[in-house]
Amino acid sequence: MAAAAPLTQGLFDCREAWVATLETLAAADERIVAVVNDSVGSSKLGGFQKKFPDRLINVGIAEQCMVGVGAGLANGGRIPFVSAAGCFLTGRSLEQVKADVVYAGFNVKLIGQSSGVAYGELGPTHHSIEDFAWLRVMKDLVVIAPADPWETAEAIKWAAAHQGPVYIRLSRMPVPDLAVANRVFRMGKAECVREGQDVTLVGCGTTVHLADAAADRLKAEGIAARVLNMATINPLDEAAILAAAAETGAIVTVEEASVRGGLGGAVAELTSANHPVPVERLGFPGFVPTGSVEWLFQEFGLSTEGIAAAARRAMKRAGK
Amino acid sequence: MTLQNDPVARIKEKALWMRRRAFKMVYDAQLGHPGGDFSAIDIMATIYFGVLSFDPARPDWAERDRFIMSKGHATGALYTVLCAAGYFPEDWLDTYMQPRSMLNGHPNRNYLPGVETNTGPLGHGLPVATGIAIAGQITNAGFRTFVLTGDGEMQEGSNWEAAMTAGNRNLGNLTWIVDRNRLQQGAGTEETNGLEPLDKKFAAFGWDVVMVDGHDHAALLKVLGAVPGEKPRAIIANTVKGKGVSFMENKANWHHGVPNADQFAAAMKELV
Repeated sequence: MAAAAPLTQGLFDCREAWVATLETLAAADERIVAVVNDSVGSSKLGGFQKKFPDRLINVGIAEQCMVGVGAGLANGGRIPFVSAAGCFLTGRSLEQVKADVVYAGFNVKLIGQSSGVAYGELGPTHHSIEDFAWLRVMKDLVVIAPADPWETAEAIKWAAAHQGPVYIRLSRMPVPDLAVANRVFRMGKAECVREGQDVTLVGCGTTVHLADAAADRLKAEGIAARVLNMATINPLDEAAILAAAAETGAIVTVEEASVRGGLGGAVAELTSANHPVPVERLGFPGFVPTGSVEWLFQEFGLSTEGIAAAARRAMKRAGK
Repeated sequence: MTLQNDPVARIKEKALWMRRRAFKMVYDAQLGHPGGDFSAIDIMATIYFGVLSFDPARPDWAERDRFIMSKGHATGALYTVLCAAGYFPEDWLDTYMQPRSMLNGHPNRNYLPGVETNTGPLGHGLPVATGIAIAGQITNAGFRTFVLTGDGEMQEGSNWEAAMTAGNRNLGNLTWIVDRNRLQQGAGTEETNGLEPLDKKFAAFGWDVVMVDGHDHAALLKVLGAVPGEKPRAIIANTVKGKGVSFMENKANWHHGVPNADQFAAAMKELV
């Protein structure tokens, strides 16, 4: 498939990778269908609809029906990718996700679009910062937040081949390609973006490149930060977190989500029970005030300086 | 005509067995929803022993007709019909709601062969059935999908989302049966949040609508077995909650009431 053109120099919209990958997969496997809630445009599925008109099922603005229909399509032997804004997909139809998809164990792929605070000024009704917490408690639901276009494509391919429910959290925020050599997508495994022994920065989705930039900042101060791309929130790569606790003694989690119950919550649960070390959780404390995405990221410390400062705090708490 | 080649007589025999067996399950477990079991049993016996194409040896057979039990609390009806249909041996019914039983209070397809989807929370069956019917539609498959909902359950908005979708897509391969016993957990449907005129509502959503006596096996067989049309078909089956046991009929408190020894014995005398 052709690489998507950068939005601005070096930055990409991961939705391009999502649709290009889905179209390629759908051309090879007629079982793949897309289910949407009037979200053809926001899911970038216009091209898919043109190529596979019978396989784009638009139930209109009806998320409960959308997820139930997804489960039914799986019962009927299809591989549905149910794609909608993350806030509505996970909030409005949470019981359908729980009962019809996860508890019933159907082979449904849930694709949360424009997640986190991507809708910026539209406010908390349209933000999806609760989804990690709501979904990761369901042990049998794989939850993945890819960090860049390459990982988005790999996650979609993995989900299509996997038998079982998956939630993939995408954003419309432009992100750079991660500079990691010889990448292999492994569901449930952290990707080491850089090695370091002084502190570990754990990100997922849109925050991984920010953590990496913060590591550059810390390096200039003589601090060697390890950076982990924890694309899979559930199941969590416990070995990578416990190794980070043991080897670096201080952890910062960085997520475009609530600090309650998501990636930071998962890391804190694990370390407090097995290897207590200072954990600084960056994210949103609750519903956020009005502001652009860029402003919200700066305001709540999801920035190079914010992450670096959290790293210094974690190290200080660890006596380093 | 023998029982074997008289379909109505066979359905009647199965329905009687289901009522007796379901009530014993509820009595033994001292848990369950017998009122709703009894209003649904004649419909379900008719579907499984007069209409549905299935093979209990191959619950995943792609071309099977599907039956979705949206009123998932009526497991007395569902588990007895699946047992009678040959999906599992009768002694499994003795484990109803026991620790680690495959016969949970609400059905789980991962535990029990023949269960098409997990239900329990209301308003889930029709959207899932709509998705199954869409799968059949886009692949030109021959199977049919039947979904049984309660009537109080119609108060869940998700049903109307799916009713709109199925109507707009002309899912002629989908049949929706409403177990219209007019009672929900605490009171009558019409005094709680009225549903009428249900037939006009379904028609307005693009469905063919048929009314039937939900305890008349011959009439049920005729409407359920009818050749599918262009539109999805809604069958409003007028039923009696607790049907078959005089002291249970039309009593809301038998929604999840359970019998004591005297009541169980009295019911068994009536169910013959």
